[in-house]
This record gives sequence, structure tokens and C-alpha cells, in this order.
Amino acid sequence: MIQYVIRRLLISIPVLLGISVVAFFMVRLVPGDTVTAMLGNSYTPDQAEALRSKYGLDEPLIQQYFLWLGNVLQGDFGYSQFTNTPVLDAILARLPITIELAVLSVLIAIIIAIPLGTIAALRRNSKFDYGASMFGLLGISVPNFWLGTLMILFLSLYAGWFPSGGFVGLSESIIGNLRSMLLPAIALGTAVGAVAMRMTRSSMLEVTNQEYIKMARAKGVSNERLIWRHALKNALIPVVTVIGIQAGYLLGGSVVIEQIFGLPGVGQLALQAITNRDYALLQGTILFIASAFVIVNLIVDVIYGFLNPQIRY
Amino acid sequence: MSDLWYQLKKNKIAMSGLFMTIILIILAITAPWIAPYDPYEMAPDARFAEPSLAHFLGTDQFGRDILSRIIYGSRISLQVGIISVGLSFVLGTLIGVVAAYYGKWVDAALSRLTDVMFSFPDILLALVIMAILGPSLTNLMIAVGIVYTPIFARIARGSVLSIKNSLFIEAARSMGVSNLKIMWKHILPNSMAPLIVQVTLSFAFAILAEAALSFLGLGVSPDTPSWGIMLSEGKSWMESAWWIAVFPGIAITLAVFSFNVMGDGLRDALDPRLKNESS
Repeated sequence: MIQYVIRRLLISIPVLLGISVVAFFMVRLVPGDTVTAMLGNSYTPDQAEALRSKYGLDEPLIQQYFLWLGNVLQGDFGYSQFTNTPVLDAILARLPITIELAVLSVLIAIIIAIPLGTIAALRRNSKFDYGASMFGLLGISVPNFWLGTLMILFLSLYAGWFPSGGFVGLSESIIGNLRSMLLPAIALGTAVGAVAMRMTRSSMLEVTNQEYIKMARAKGVSNERLIWRHALKNALIPVVTVIGIQAGYLLGGSVVIEQIFGLPGVGQLALQAITNRDYALLQGTILFIASAFVIVNLIVDVIYGFLNPQIRY
Repeated sequence: MSDLWYQLKKNKIAMSGLFMTIILIILAITAPWIAPYDPYEMAPDARFAEPSLAHFLGTDQFGRDILSRIIYGSRISLQVGIISVGLSFVLGTLIGVVAAYYGKWVDAALSRLTDVMFSFPDILLALVIMAILGPSLTNLMIAVGIVYTPIFARIARGSVLSIKNSLFIEAARSMGVSNLKIMWKHILPNSMAPLIVQVTLSFAFAILAEAALSFLGLGVSPDTPSWGIMLSEGKSWMESAWWIAVFPGIAITLAVFSFNVMGDGLRDALDPRLKNESS
């Protein structure tokens, strides 16, 4: 097992390096000059040169990359060229909101997926099964930003049950925090729930057809015990992986959802960095999000390895 | 092929998806004849008109007819689907086939490249590419095409790996058939099934991606009748004119739904093992 974890860690290193290359060079391809954007309309060439020199923008691109990578490895992501604050601080300040959004979305997905998928599989070809399958298909087809918009319209503006946007910190009010996060989490978690529900259903169908379940049934094990103790435990292994894979969707989706609901998370920060042509901030956020995705996948793979000892890559 | 059609015909949900897709294609082709109004025509007197007999789905803040804009919007969505999925299919399949066929360092390098691209959330990657290329329909199609390339590369690679050591490939190789011809004539046609399924599913993703990018203001130009743009504009008027944001959303959902169910049906028909197991 340790060998497997080490091997997975080693495979992640070139991928993380590749991410750093793409994050750095792709952002540098974005048109527009940060320095002139920062200085506004009235500046002298000397001022521009001084600023370029300050941020190392006058060095050759390759050199800038290695300088940046070296700093990143020491925890220095550079300074936002617009707010003049450390990029890492800006990301870390907003990270709890994005993590909370992702965790709540996954929780909502699990609450939807596991009971719905299990019951649909156990009542195969029933009306419930067809209804659940339809929910699964609709859930992956509805754009999360439209679902969010509809919820704001009906649940916030018309019913007045939830705020239509903005964020309340956990330290300010737990209830207020949940009220501000619930709608974005539902908008983001529905698609994940739909994918996981479809996986739970097909996985349960496969498991319940296996010999050991038939044997347990023949031995007179009660239906509840059969489902909870034997079938569901094994059927959930691929569901864990599917939810893990969806981490990328959650991180990408957070860009749109945070914007709609006015949540000051990492996704909104990335969008602001794109709009402001803030190189350092954009490089930092892209690197952070993509690396987070790789690390989440690594953790999911390791959990998968623990859950299913047959799996070794 | 006839067997595939027979299998597909038995799947009612997949057939409903196919039917909806055909309607979408007909709408896109016949838009100039069936749209009741010019989608760009502004009518100051008819601003924010509620759904009525004159305007079935109402009008927007400039008095433009929502139904006409949705009908024309189907052209944008299909165009994005066809071109961007076509691009990712060609690029991805090429990368996947070459990686699997040549193996060793070629495979290692291309697979790591695919892994790196997979690590970026699709919308974020598309947003950055759009920031580089600038907002326009062509650039949007390129961005979405690049974003969905790795999935085709991975599927093509897996598919080729499963048949590359088959007897008929060995036979072709021993007869001195060139690598290019083996890949084009023998490997590619036999690796097509999962790729066809992915094409259908990617159509759904492409429509969603276009809408999301346009919604965020980094997609097509604001006056274009794109469903994402309509939704984005409608959001500002939601409290007073709900129809501006609601109807384009329904159009996106139905289009994406039809491609998703068709993709599911195709997968079931092409892989009988999954039939009746996956929904």
C-alpha cells in the first residue's frame, strides 16, 4: 500500500510541474500590459520601467518562469499587481468560502444520490426508478448558473426565504452563513448529485446480482441487513471515485456560482484576475485550483486503494 | 449499423432525445422562415412585454422578441457544438491514437500532457483561453474545442490499446502495411464506438460551456442571440421580467438533455453489457 501511495505521489510531480508551466505561460499570453494598466493614463517611461523591474517583468520569459516557480515553492506566489497584496494571502483569505461551498455541495450531492440511487436500483423498472433516472438526466442537463438564477428568483426574491446574494461569515452567524451558502451549494451540488445517483444505481444493480449477495439471500439474511451490511458498502466504492472526480467540476463551477451569488471565494478571485489582467493573481489562482484538483484526485485514488485492495496501478 | 439502429429504436428515452435533437436542427436551419420577428430588431414600444399572442415568450429590455432570439440562438449552440466538438474529436483522437500506437516515450509524454490539461477545471481553462484570444464566436469554439480535447485523447488511447495487439493488426503489420495506413484503415474504424458516444455527450458539454462563458461576459458579443447572453441579460431584470431569463434556460436545458439522453442510448446500444444497468 505504501509503495502504491509513493508511486501515485511520484506520478503527480510531473503533472504538477506541467500545471505550473501551463499556468505561467498561458497567463503571459493574455494580451494587455499589466504595468501600463496599473499606471493608468499619465506616466513616464521611467516609471513604467521601474515597475517592470520591480516585478521582474523585464527579464527573459524563461528566467521569469524559474524565478516564479522557485518563489512559489517557497510559498511566495508574488504580489497582486492591482491590490499590491500577496497573492497567497488573497487566495487563503478566500479559500474557506470555496471549501465550504464545495463541502456543502458534496453533502447535498450525497444526500440526493445515495438514497435515490439505492431505492431506484432496488425497485428497478418501477415508477420511482424512472423518476430517479429522469432526475439524473435532468440534473446533469440543467446549467448550474440557470438553476442558481431560478432559485434567486423564486426562493429569494419572491418567497424571501434566502438572501439573493452576499456572504455571511461563520463567525458572524452560523444560521446567516448557512442561509447565504445553501442556494449556491444546491445549484452546484445538483449535477454532482445526479452523476453520483446514476453511479449508485448502476453500481447497486451490479452488486445485487453478484453471487455472494444471492448466497446471503439464500441463507435467509434479512433484506435490510443485506442492503446495508453487504450490498451498499461495496456499491459505494465507485461512487466515492465519481464524487472525487467531480472535484474539478466543483472548482470550475465555483467560478460561475460565486459570481452569481456574490460569494467572495477563489473562483470569483480568478474571474477578477482575468478581468483586471492581473498576471500574478491569475497565475496564482490557476496554479492553486489545478493543484488542488490533482491533490484531491490523489487522495481519492488512495482512499479507493484502501477501500478496494484489488486496485493497484 | 442496422443492429445499432434497432437497439437504439428500442430505447424510448434515447429516441425522445433523437427527436428533440432533430427538432433543434430543424429550428436552426429554418430560423429565418419560422422566427416571427427579426432577433436583432429593437422595439422601444414593446420593451418588457409579457408573454402574449403577439410575443409568445415576451420581449426583452430592448423590445426584442424572446422566441425569435431563442430560435436563432439554436444556430449558435449547434455551431459551437459542431465546430468545437469536431475540433476536440480530431485533435484528441490524433493524440490518443499516436500515443497508444507508438507507446514508450511518445505515450508517456502525450499522456502527461493530457493529465495536465485534465487538471484544469473546464470552465476556468476556457475562460483563460478566451481571455487570451478575446471574446468572439470563433474564439469561443476554439477554446471549447481545446478544453474537451483531453477526454477524446484518453478514450482513443484506451480504445487503441485494447486492439493494437489483435491478430488482424499483427497480420497487417507483417504484410508490410505502413503505420499510418494501419492507424487510419484498421485501428481508427475499430476504435470508433466509444468516441461516437463521447461526441454526443460532448455536444451537451459544449452547449453548456458556450452558455456559461457568454453568461460571464467572455463568450460571444453581447448583441448575438446566444442563449447564455440572453440568460445573463435576463438576470438583471429578473424581479420585473422573469421571462427574459427563464425561457433561454429552458432552451439550454432541453438541448443539453436531448444530447445527454442520446449519448446514453448510444452507449447502451454499443455496449450491451451496460444495457439496462446504467440509466
